Amino acid sequence: MRTLEQTTQEVLDLASKHFHVPAGSLAPEDDFFKKLGIDSLETLEMLSRLENHFGIELPDYEVQGVSDFRTLASRIQSRL
Amino acid sequence: MLDLSQYQSIGAALKDALDQFSNEVCVIESDREREKERLTYRDFKARAHPLAKALEDAGFGAGDRASIIMTNQSKWLISAYAVFYAGGVLVPLDYKLTPDEQWQLLKHSGANALVTEYPIWRQLSEAQGRSTTTNVKTVLVTEAPKSAELRGATRWEGFTGSGEPAFVPRTRQDLAAIVYSSGTGGRPKGCLMTHENYLEQCVALTSIYPFSPGVRYLSILPTNHAIDFMVGFFGPFICGATVVHLRTLRPEYVREAFSKYKITYVSLVPLVLKNLQKGLEARFAELPAGKRKMFNALVAVNRALTKSRPRLGLSRRLLKEVHNAFGGELRAIIVGGAFTEPQTLQFFYDLGIPVANGYGLTETVVAVTVNDLNPFRADTVGKPLPGMEVRIVHPAADGIGEVAVRGKTIMSGYLNEPELTAETIIDGWLMTGDLGRFDAAGHLQLFGRKKNMIVTEEGKNIYPEDIEAAFDGLPVKEFCIFAANYIWPQRSMVGEQLLLALHQEPGQTYTEELCRDISARNGKLLNYKRIHGVVLYEEDFPRTASLKIKRNALREQLAKLDRATAVLPL
Repeated sequence: MRTLEQTTQEVLDLASKHFHVPAGSLAPEDDFFKKLGIDSLETLEMLSRLENHFGIELPDYEVQGVSDFRTLASRIQSRL
Repeated sequence: MLDLSQYQSIGAALKDALDQFSNEVCVIESDREREKERLTYRDFKARAHPLAKALEDAGFGAGDRASIIMTNQSKWLISAYAVFYAGGVLVPLDYKLTPDEQWQLLKHSGANALVTEYPIWRQLSEAQGRSTTTNVKTVLVTEAPKSAELRGATRWEGFTGSGEPAFVPRTRQDLAAIVYSSGTGGRPKGCLMTHENYLEQCVALTSIYPFSPGVRYLSILPTNHAIDFMVGFFGPFICGATVVHLRTLRPEYVREAFSKYKITYVSLVPLVLKNLQKGLEARFAELPAGKRKMFNALVAVNRALTKSRPRLGLSRRLLKEVHNAFGGELRAIIVGGAFTEPQTLQFFYDLGIPVANGYGLTETVVAVTVNDLNPFRADTVGKPLPGMEVRIVHPAADGIGEVAVRGKTIMSGYLNEPELTAETIIDGWLMTGDLGRFDAAGHLQLFGRKKNMIVTEEGKNIYPEDIEAAFDGLPVKEFCIFAANYIWPQRSMVGEQLLLALHQEPGQTYTEELCRDISARNGKLLNYKRIHGVVLYEEDFPRTASLKIKRNALREQLAKLDRATAVLPL
């Protein structure tokens, strides 16, 4: 079982890979809309990648209003 | 299609539609790869009538207000039907608002009942806003887990009455819905819509884009949005068509739905349409050089052959692969909620996929003008719909002035706001605050806004005063938020931004620390509500005797600054 820290790190790694930003340039408290310059649709694409990676399903309502990596990771963690 | 001229209310028309089209499929609900539900109009009635009866048994009756806060699904439509059947007034609210914003609008609307989903109720019941005194007596919650703590709510699934409910008739002039055009700040704008507004709008729209049994509409825009309520519920139902709901809007499942359900129509906001365009362009660019050349030639042929009118059959043969990706039966994409750039409209039309763009406001139900595709015009928002009068007020030398609208689809006013209503509807004409002019062919073209607001590409109306609370306590003398184009008119409907005008204390400088404070507060706002820059102003803001900022006077002062140098990006 992963810890929340591990999950958060995996989320950050995946996001930096998916959106081609240098590894290590993202922090848990970053607002991913702002930091990655992405819109709500691109966020949905990122969520699909995360679901595949973690082998879970994240209903849309669970990520409604979430805009930072740490909260996103905690929503994922609660479903692992 | 039912002859809507014979009907007095939405409820009466829907009631007959369920009987007339009883064997047709009315709703399909899909969740990722799984089809959760497929209801005929008969099945729909069997679900909706016990709910209507239970509402009536609970004392809900003519003129009572019921709010729905749900994602798109069959239970949204079943609940709305039951409310109309029982003579109620619908208050559709955006499920994407924060719980406190939702409580504020529940209070403002005077809703007696609330229908919502368990995850939304969980947040609503924990929110501070719950302490707000409202009229809500009945809360129905869908799909609550067995062990869930319901916190005063009742399970939707168990809320059924036995025996037939009594249909409660309404007249055309009665209130059918309170629809919020925006505004969760100090002054929510609840548009009062009558049954006549909806009946007349439906007749006008279906005369151009007809629905019938066999037509399948993919419902992606939230059903609380005026467009989806009309073309994803009322319109298809009174024509016996099918509505397809998706529980998740991830791009891969949306793509799959087009082919799986052979979608006929879909509505999108400009942002999604533009993303779709980007995705397709990227795929076309990946084609090998020879194939790409051939593809471009076919697009050019299609463009030439569809110049005067769409020829769907021909386009589907010429550009088979593109059309197959959309399921092969797509007739048009309906776009709305915000302005769509002409090049995006042209891109899809050249592929043989007409985009039904138009112009409308929440205050006019859905649409005032629509492109009738006869011929297709990417540079306009189309011609006035049958029954709509549109004129340009006080046009400048170039013919551009404020767009005013009159017709049977205009709201009767804003809830509890007689002054705002009187400013907005003058002698029966709705003053839209948008700037436009007609061309020689009678098409309306839009050139920006006269009012202090922006509309995002996601179709969200943002009024600056609604987000000022996020900056309360900022260590400056005073501040005010503006739409940039309101200060410096651009004659453009795209790239709208919000700016924070700041007046600092004497001797105070604009430090990095202050900039960080502003950015931090900005970051807590939903992304589409965020400001893009700061304008420093060195004088006291002009104020009224009661110390309210005179926004218009301040705007005139700020307009004297050079936008290029005055705006400090965040």
